Amino acid sequence: MADETLDPMVQFLTPEGHYAPSASAEEFLPYFQRLTEADHRKFYKDMVVIRRFDTEATNLQRQGQLALWVPSHGQEGAQVGSAHATKKQDHIFPAYREHAIGMIRGIDVLEIIRVLRGLTHGGWDPTLPEHGNFHIYTLVIGSQALHATGYGMGIKFDGATNTGNPDTDQAVIVYFGDGATSQGDVSEALVFAASYQTPQVFFVQNNHWAISVPVSTQARVPLYKRGEGFGIPGVQVDGNDVFASYAVTAKQLDDARSGKGPSLIEAHTYRIGAHTSSDDPTKYRTDAELESWIARDPITRMEAFLRNSGAPQSFFDEVHQEAADFASDIRRRTVDLKNPEPASMFNHVYTDPHPLMEEQSAWLANYEASFDEQGGGH
Amino acid sequence: MAIENLPLGKAINLGLRQAMLNDPKVILMGEDIGTLGGVFRVTEGLKNEFGADRVLDTPLAESGIVGSAIGLAMRGYRPVIEIQFNGFVYPAFDQITSQLAKLTNRHEGAMQFPVVIRIPYGGHIGAVEHHQESNEAYFLHTAGLRVVSPSNPHDAYWMIQEAIQSNDPVIFFEPMSRYWPKADVDTSASNFPLHASRVVRPGNDVTVIGHGAMVSVLLQAAEVAATEGMSLEVIDVRSLSPIDYAPILESVRKTGRCVIAQEAPGNVSLASELAATITEKAFYSLEAPVLRVTGFDTPFPPAKLEAIYLPDSDRVLDAVDRVLSY
Repeated sequence: MADETLDPMVQFLTPEGHYAPSASAEEFLPYFQRLTEADHRKFYKDMVVIRRFDTEATNLQRQGQLALWVPSHGQEGAQVGSAHATKKQDHIFPAYREHAIGMIRGIDVLEIIRVLRGLTHGGWDPTLPEHGNFHIYTLVIGSQALHATGYGMGIKFDGATNTGNPDTDQAVIVYFGDGATSQGDVSEALVFAASYQTPQVFFVQNNHWAISVPVSTQARVPLYKRGEGFGIPGVQVDGNDVFASYAVTAKQLDDARSGKGPSLIEAHTYRIGAHTSSDDPTKYRTDAELESWIARDPITRMEAFLRNSGAPQSFFDEVHQEAADFASDIRRRTVDLKNPEPASMFNHVYTDPHPLMEEQSAWLANYEASFDEQGGGH
Repeated sequence: MAIENLPLGKAINLGLRQAMLNDPKVILMGEDIGTLGGVFRVTEGLKNEFGADRVLDTPLAESGIVGSAIGLAMRGYRPVIEIQFNGFVYPAFDQITSQLAKLTNRHEGAMQFPVVIRIPYGGHIGAVEHHQESNEAYFLHTAGLRVVSPSNPHDAYWMIQEAIQSNDPVIFFEPMSRYWPKADVDTSASNFPLHASRVVRPGNDVTVIGHGAMVSVLLQAAEVAATEGMSLEVIDVRSLSPIDYAPILESVRKTGRCVIAQEAPGNVSLASELAATITEKAFYSLEAPVLRVTGFDTPFPPAKLEAIYLPDSDRVLDAVDRVLSY
């Protein structure tokens, strides 16, 4: 990336971890300033834990325990910052790489493992209070942008936003990648969001690659400007600066819940890992590019900031121990996961009774039982 | 009994109105459905009565309509969508088949998606391309969807309300050519559940089966057959997915002969499924192969050819003659 594209980005921390707010960061400064040292350390810890989780899941896939893994390595700054910017009443519509956001909103990330182990298509129940309104993953690129917008329309019709109470006024945030911005559904979501002035943030994690296709193929103008033609203002942020991601998302969500309508955030980040465990990024991107982004890593940047701010070595040791324990726990519970019962495939296809489901589940049960009658399984 | 003589389009209008009165979470979404009342005026007057937040003149984007309806359903709403014409539903295909249909399953039952998608369909209105298709088969093939089609105003009045009450997504196919003829609607009782098929004219010699606008053609064929001494039993399928086979199999076991008619192309269609199931389940009662009378496996032709393309009572009677020749 040429440096001139970095200039207008909101940034608080330089890649070296020095506090040096960009000019564009000024309007977001109050959001940064309200963070405490405990918040800073929490952000760091969450990034380290989710990266360790990601590494563990990648290993589990390589060892045949998962059918597939979708790494989030490199995108922790964009995810952890924006997730902490949401309020408990907000609704979050992820794509399928937002593991850190799910963890911060309260889901057990083993549920993500369950999806990629082939045990379930969904994983967690977003209606449970402890799951923080973190909706399930959507694998069809960009489809969730419309679900989020419709949800935002519902919030508005319910009068559950822009009442003047920031602790209860609701907003939605939808995550998608640079590739998804080419999907019609994302454009249609921008149209509907603008028409109905939904309390909504569109959060684009521009990780620069849609599998093997560079962002330059998706867009000839910067993605943060994608909303302008729809009447939706955009702001670009250094997504590998967790503070910038936090401050910008917090402000845009506050604007959304106070009746200012939808906005779009482009977070510049990079997928250090592969698209999925089935991908081979060495076929389409250079080592030099990868190295340049590793130099801007969100975790090393934050570590430098914390060390400069006086965090002791013991803090880092504790964080790394906690991350290692977290990963061990995930590994242990992953290998203990049980396969679903065959009859479960007929469950919840319909909510109301359905004769084909009853007929076919009964047939399968009889068929399976017929092997038992013949003495011995199959 | 409260009997009103109404056209089918007006019956749906009254059914929608009743559903909106019964449940404040019922909202209507679609292109031109508010101020204009829809291109067929099916939603006429409802925006005035219920307001622009419950009758939404949406942007012109079918995927956007269905996708945002999904989000509204997650929020507890019961959206009723109008797709302006049959052939305009395809831009929403992902949102209908990969999202709406499968989201309850994906959520393992944690969320319901009571969304109704109304699709005007079928021929006999002399329109341009994309306006006269019978594309129900795409949706019959998709797990998670229910698909129904009323053939008459009484059923239309009740079935739209029952579809809205369903906790599953329902694709509601409205036979455009039947929007205008009037018939009696009993607004006091439905008499049949949403997913029931029913005998609309009893007979003994041949079972003839259809749905939507085809039911009128079958009744017309039965009249003609009667003058020739043949007694046709006419069955209105009503529910295309799931299919209520009990009345169908009972009839075929009685007559031993069966003709299935539809406007849709025959290849891999409702008629195919009915014929296969009837053959499996009533094999020993059949005196002749089950025959299908369908649209051709071509694009719906230009309007001046539609009368050739669409099965009429003569083509139905030709098939009746053939099953009786065994």
